[in-house]
Amino acid sequence: MATIRDLNADHIDILKEIGNIGAGNAATALSQLLNKKIEMNVPNVQIVSFDEMMDLVGGAEQVVAAVFLRIEGEAPGSMFFVLSLPQAERFVKQMTGDALFSLASPHPSELGISALQELGNILAGSYLSALADFTKLTLYPSVPALTVDMIGAILQYGLLELSRVGDYAIVIDTAVHEEQQPEDSINGHFFLLPDPDSFVPIFRSLGVSYE
Amino acid sequence: MNELVHVIKVGIADMNVVQPPHLIRTSGLGSCVGVVIFDQMKEVAGLAHVMLPDSSLARSETINIAKYADTAVEALVELIIKAGGRKNWLKAKLAGGAQMFSFQSANTDMMRIGPRNVEAVKRELERFRIPVVAEDVGGSSGRTIEFNPKTCILSIRTVNQGVKEI
Repeated sequence: MATIRDLNADHIDILKEIGNIGAGNAATALSQLLNKKIEMNVPNVQIVSFDEMMDLVGGAEQVVAAVFLRIEGEAPGSMFFVLSLPQAERFVKQMTGDALFSLASPHPSELGISALQELGNILAGSYLSALADFTKLTLYPSVPALTVDMIGAILQYGLLELSRVGDYAIVIDTAVHEEQQPEDSINGHFFLLPDPDSFVPIFRSLGVSYE
Repeated sequence: MNELVHVIKVGIADMNVVQPPHLIRTSGLGSCVGVVIFDQMKEVAGLAHVMLPDSSLARSETINIAKYADTAVEALVELIIKAGGRKNWLKAKLAGGAQMFSFQSANTDMMRIGPRNVEAVKRELERFRIPVVAEDVGGSSGRTIEFNPKTCILSIRTVNQGVKEI
């Protein structure tokens, strides 16, 4: 089986394009949902060790709000939409009009949590449907799960399948942020982590060999 | 004279040993299990950040022994003995193995990985006759743990419950 190290510049470009198309679609959905302008960075495709991956997001202990879903089908993998707590709270306040919503409170309002869950559903769904359209692969997303916790503990779930093959992950990372809001290292990230066996179908579907 | 205290960091699928005055820690344990094995009198301890229950899950020719419960416990015991620990005096403390997400997905085995990691680590410890003297496992929260080989106290930090010591 081909290993992660066999990726060439064409492969990286394709993965970037996947990040671009997926997150672009999701950013449009987010912008419509919040009725404000959302900016998106150029996708970052990185081959990183598991520890480096945690450093990318500000360290394993960084507390974030994350929506996680598993992708089954022809190109299985894991997808995460990660928000800093202030950003998640801002989004919820905008959607629900509840100016007091706080994720730090011991019992955040159920309405707020379900708004955040729904936001995650919509964004992850639009990312994946763009990805499926682009690759013509059949992808079945699981119901997204929302959690607020240490990012290291959350991202571990995306590394399980990869960890059976090696100690590296290919991360397709696209950051989104609201216009005129300060950017910080963990502002709105989409992470797509294809399982090791998914690279062959992804590249093949786009006409690039990778065996 | 004051000696500088270092905190030895153990990454994901990694292990190391520690002696006083230094501390050893690993961050962001989710489904992974942090297993500490120590000899209290000799003041030597080791920590492994175990990711998967069994090396039979590996699909590569070379494996990272710190990643799998069955290979990590054995290798950690060896490291501790090399650092001065005594085989028959070893004890263990465990933390981690949470189930962060509950899914109704086809791949439930992988989603149940936290409890499976805990079971596998315990099975290995039993094989080496190492008693588990304290544990904080399961639940649905991420943990950061730090062990002091002098006091043999394991501090566990979670997002919602602050710090507890076992």
